[in-house]
Parts: sequence; structure tokens; C-alpha cells
Amino acid sequence: MEPILQVQNLNYIYSQGTPFEHQALMDVSFSVRRGEFLGIIGHTGSGKSTLMQQLNGLLKPTSGKILLDGKDIWSDKKLTRQARFRVGLVFQYPEYQLFEETVYRDIAFGPRNMGLKEDEIDRRVRDAARAVGLTDAQLQVSPFDLSGGQKRRVAIAGVIAMEPEVLILDEPTAGLDPAGRAEILGYIEHYRKTHNAAILMVSHSMDDVARLTERLLVMNGSKLAMDGTPAEVFARSDELLEMGLNIPEVTRVFLDLKKMGLDVEPVYTIGQAVEALKKLKGGAAVC
Amino acid sequence: MLKDITLGQYFPGNSVIHRLDPRTKLIMLVVYIVALFLAVSWVSYGVMLLFLIGSIKISAIPLKSIVRGMKPLVMILVFTGVLNLFFTEGETVLLEFWVITITKEALVRAFFMVIRILMLVCGTFLLTYTTSPISLTDGLESLMGPLKKLHVPVHELSMMMCIALRFIPTLIEETDKIMSAQKARGADFESGSLIDKAKALIPILVPLFISAFRRADELATAMECRCYQGGDGRTKMKLLRYRLWDYETFGVGAALIAVVCVLRSFGL
Repeated sequence: MEPILQVQNLNYIYSQGTPFEHQALMDVSFSVRRGEFLGIIGHTGSGKSTLMQQLNGLLKPTSGKILLDGKDIWSDKKLTRQARFRVGLVFQYPEYQLFEETVYRDIAFGPRNMGLKEDEIDRRVRDAARAVGLTDAQLQVSPFDLSGGQKRRVAIAGVIAMEPEVLILDEPTAGLDPAGRAEILGYIEHYRKTHNAAILMVSHSMDDVARLTERLLVMNGSKLAMDGTPAEVFARSDELLEMGLNIPEVTRVFLDLKKMGLDVEPVYTIGQAVEALKKLKGGAAVC
Repeated sequence: MLKDITLGQYFPGNSVIHRLDPRTKLIMLVVYIVALFLAVSWVSYGVMLLFLIGSIKISAIPLKSIVRGMKPLVMILVFTGVLNLFFTEGETVLLEFWVITITKEALVRAFFMVIRILMLVCGTFLLTYTTSPISLTDGLESLMGPLKKLHVPVHELSMMMCIALRFIPTLIEETDKIMSAQKARGADFESGSLIDKAKALIPILVPLFISAFRRADELATAMECRCYQGGDGRTKMKLLRYRLWDYETFGVGAALIAVVCVLRSFGL
């Protein structure tokens, strides 16, 4: 199947030609399939945020290409604008971008910019609100009267309402309590399944990415350091730790267990850990 | 990008000018401006220019960044130049067509006006480039100290100025972020009529104001938590003290004024 998004030899240099010149991306290439859940991890300043803004055409690459459905998004002005809608981008702390008088109108901002008809806008706003667990009554209140977690959902709904085929989220759960985190992650996963959309999620929580994603991109020093399944990436724990990145808690525990002489395979989710322990216990009982 | 605004940016350095007392630099700026307005001839402008170039050389600020800071001024310079060129009365007519006459006097005047503005701004830049906002407000507070007798809230004013300067980069960054976020939702700031463009600003201004108020609130709380209560009895970590090079600088300033005055009395 043709990948929905392809990134080819992407380079990006900030403030080129000034003393503040800084290369934020160095020869980054990867592709994203429809319906794929991709995690992006990396240290602060490793180029994650810059990369995300390249993918929907907010920043223009210094060199290299971004293909959406096989077409270069910078080859035509219309395509660039379309990329904004087809690749939805939820920034970090998106609740600070709310501005309308009612939740409804704020969520409608994106679809309205797309030039859709009124009834289509209405359908999308209601669908998006439902997708993030907002009630119909909440649609009519001012977004500024909501709690932090609810504001976050409104902001995410504002991007989901554009029904993007690729949804990029920068730490969507930052600053939320555990229940709120789980809910938001659940809504994102649900959106992926119902719309067959590709999700790219930047996260600092290794447990989250290990549990949810099928593939992980690791950014380090402006370069794409690793690209593989969570199993493949977390198998290289030493390198991750060297980059100043974390590994999931269970992986850490199991690595220590192995060091202590227990015969366990490396795991990276709680589920796998349970399985591994059961197996171990069963084996011991046989002995 | 908004980040490229260099207006009033501080360039850390270690030149003599960087190390001067901020009060000295403020007073020298006033002296420089007075001298600039006293200067009337090519010769005295030459002296001023020499002084300016010398100061820039000593400060080791790259000329490129000073020139870049001048860019927003181009419109004002052109406007001033053109106004002076067309509306100054004179005798020696150089060019005449339709209602426009350009005289030699006008040409000279326009030239001096433009040069004067350029040099004024250059001098001011030299102050802000070599002085951190904090020491600048410290200097201002100290210089305005006598006004306290007249019940002018000097400390409060300088604190406000300090906070305002401190938050300019933060606000610029914030604006950048909000603009990107709204662009990601398809906001269009470039095309459309003037009214469309003004309307397109609402999605930026509302979040920007809200975050500015929130920040102000947080800052006020943080200051109160540390028992901040204004200027009375407050001591400073960095005490301002005049040193030898400050007195030397004052000497240079006095000499500058004297030279310009003498030149002026000779009609030069």
C-alpha cells in the first residue's frame, strides 16, 4: 500500500545566514502508512517539534521533500494549504490557542477555514466533540469556563474536526492527571480506528508509547537515530539511555532481573511482563 | 519571522563600553544627542561621526547587526528626507518642474536631517546593545532618584519597565506559537482584504491577551510569595559605582560638547 506521508532527506536550518544559524534537522527520511500509530521520542531540542511543523507545511524544508499521497506539498500553493487540513497538528498545551466565545465555534474554526458548508461543519463539530467526550451542553459554554483537561479536549477536537488523515500530537497528555491521560489517549486511539488515520504522537512517557504505538521514531541531535517497532527500539536500551532517554519502567525492571540471573526475555509493556512472569512461575512449578 | 526583530537587543560582551556604569552611558547618550543638535556644519557632523564610529569600534558590536536594526527605519528616513527636500525654501534652484522645486539648501537640509536621525538611532542602539535591560533600569532608577522627593514612584516605574522589557521576547515567542497553532487549523493571515486581515488577527490576539494576563497574575503571586513590597529599604545585589573609566568618559563627553560649541561659534 502506498504510504500516506513520505519524508525524504529532510534538512532544516534555522536563521540561515545569521550568527544564530542552527541545523535542526539533518537528512531525515521515513514514511507513514494509513492507520499506523507512530511514536516519536527524543530529547528536548532533538528536532521533534521542528519535524512536526514540517509535516503539515508550517515550515518549509531547507532541502528535501515531504510527499503527501505521493505529491510534494511544496510543489503547489494549493497543495500546501491542503496539507494543513489533511495533516492535523495539535501543539503542546493546545488549550492556550482557544479564542472563540463558545466551544462550538472554536471547534468550527478549522472546518470553517476549509470552506465547508454549514451543515457539514455542524456534523463535524458534533462528531469531533463526541469523539473527545464533550457533551452537547458543553458546546454552548465559553471555552474559558472549562477546566484545564476539558480545554485540552476542546483544542484536540478543533483539529479532529478537520478530519485529518494524519494526526500529529505533541505531548497531548502533558500536565494531565493519570485518569485524564488515559482518556485522551483512548480518544486518540479511537479516532485512529474509526478514520483509519495515521497518528504521530510525540511523548516523553515511554510507557505510553510502548503500550500504544506500532512503530517508534527516535530523534537524537537533529537526526533520526532509530526507526522500528517498540520491541526493536527498546532492545537497544543502552543506546537510548546514552541519548538521555528513558526506557519503560517494566523494561528497566526486567533488565535488572536478567542481570540478577533470571532467565527472562526483555519486555516493554505490563501485559508482556505478566505473561513472562507467568511463564517463569509455571516453569518453576514444573521444576 | 518575528524572532528576527533586533530592536533594543542586548549583545553580551566585555568591552570598556559594556563595563561602563549604566548611568554613565545614559548621561553620555544625552550629551551625544545634545551635541548632535548643536552640530550645524559638515565639520561638526564629521566630529560627531568620528565619535560614533570610535564608540562602535570600542564596543566591538558587529556593524552588521547595527545596520540590520536600522531596517525598520527606512520608511521614516525616506519620509523625512522627501519632506525636507520638497518643502525647504532656498535660493539656489537645482531642479524645477510642475509644482516641484528642489533647491541646494533643501538638498543639504534633507541630507543632514537623514544623517541626524541615523546617528541618533545608532547612538541609542549602542546603549541598548551594550547594556542589559536590568542594568539599564537600575541606572534609570538611580538617575531619577531625586524625583522621589516629588513623590514620583521611581522604583515602581523602573520595576514596570524592567518587567516589560523582560517579557518582550516571551511575548514574541508566544505570538509565534499561537500563530503556528492557528495556521495549523487553516487560519490565513496573508490574503484577503484589509478587513479580512484584521479579522484574522482575532484568533491570535485573544489567546495572546489571555496568556499575558495569566502570566502577569502568576508573576504578581510569585513576587508576593517572596515578600516583594516595593522600593523602600530594598538593597541591591549589584551596587552601581562610578569607576575611573566612568570619569574619563565624562571627560570625553565634555570635550565633545566643547568642540561642537567652539565649531558652532566659528560658524562651522
